[in-house]
Amino acid sequence: MAWNLDSDRPIYAQILEVIQFRIIAGQYKSGTKIPSVRELAAEAGVNPNTMQKALTELERSGLVMALRTSGRIVTEDVEMIRETRNKLAQEQIREFIDRMKKLGFEKEEIVELLTQTGGEKHE
Amino acid sequence: MNELVVVNNLTKVYEKKKIALDHMNLIIPRGKIIGLLGPNGSGKTTLIKLVNGLLTATEGEILINGSQPGPESKSCVSYLPERTYFQNSMKISELISFFTDFYKDFRPERAKMMLSNLGIHEDARLKTLSKGTKEKVQLIMVMSREAQLYILDEPIAGVDPAARDYILKTIISNYNENATVLISTHLISDIEKVLDEVIFIRNGRILLHDTVENIRECKGKSVDAYFREVFAC
Repeated sequence: MAWNLDSDRPIYAQILEVIQFRIIAGQYKSGTKIPSVRELAAEAGVNPNTMQKALTELERSGLVMALRTSGRIVTEDVEMIRETRNKLAQEQIREFIDRMKKLGFEKEEIVELLTQTGGEKHE
Repeated sequence: MNELVVVNNLTKVYEKKKIALDHMNLIIPRGKIIGLLGPNGSGKTTLIKLVNGLLTATEGEILINGSQPGPESKSCVSYLPERTYFQNSMKISELISFFTDFYKDFRPERAKMMLSNLGIHEDARLKTLSKGTKEKVQLIMVMSREAQLYILDEPIAGVDPAARDYILKTIISNYNENATVLISTHLISDIEKVLDEVIFIRNGRILLHDTVENIRECKGKSVDAYFREVFAC
């Protein structure tokens, strides 16, 4: 997932989402080191202090852990990664349903459309 | 001592009673990248020149590391003026040895690496370079010092977007935790992602001094959009 940052939301929250996404998608694997604050900041083109804040937040959630020496690793708790993945999926679904309701669809119609579209082949 | 620069009641009145800075108070901390933003003629460059000791205050004072602008402060402040001051007949390599002689904290290997990353040849004479390339060279020289305070007056206005990204990445990866970078610019949307804090100034006064994240959170819009709203003509 690339660093496409919106202009109207706090930057650290968006960075956090990207890193979380990369962990869930397996780009940063469980138990392995993630790049340093400076590397990530340069890659994303953001302020290192902002990157630091995002990583501290991720540490607090337990998804990454600070090593005693230096750097951070992705948690070895695979269950936690799976939970995060599910939580993210639920958020996406809730947003989707909200938008569909605004378009005037009822729950049953949404489910029907979803099965229909999901059955078609697409990338 | 966490504050790097303290500005107390600073006032600058030019001839013909033009008030450029009006009893300004400001604290610039260490380890931050700060945007100095304001419309034309709001006092940005006047403030920068006062910090660099190029102008003298009418009233009030500036303390850098606790001392007033002078030789001591100049040894730890790396300044990029809005206009180039290099000798046009010089080669870039000569410029590098000039800076090496002049500043104890200049790191020639850092400058050489950045020049080569941007494809600029050291044996080129400055007068043969385009305006944008000259600006890049100047910025590279300024960022190759190990200063405590970098003051960049309109550093990216003349360079292409790709080089802008490179320069911003250079700023992010070069500066250390104890150094502060103060950037004056109109190109807010290009730089706001790299800023910690912004200072809005208008008519020689501080209108707002806040973190970028706070502005985005409270206003629900980018600093660029907020600037356009505040300074709408």
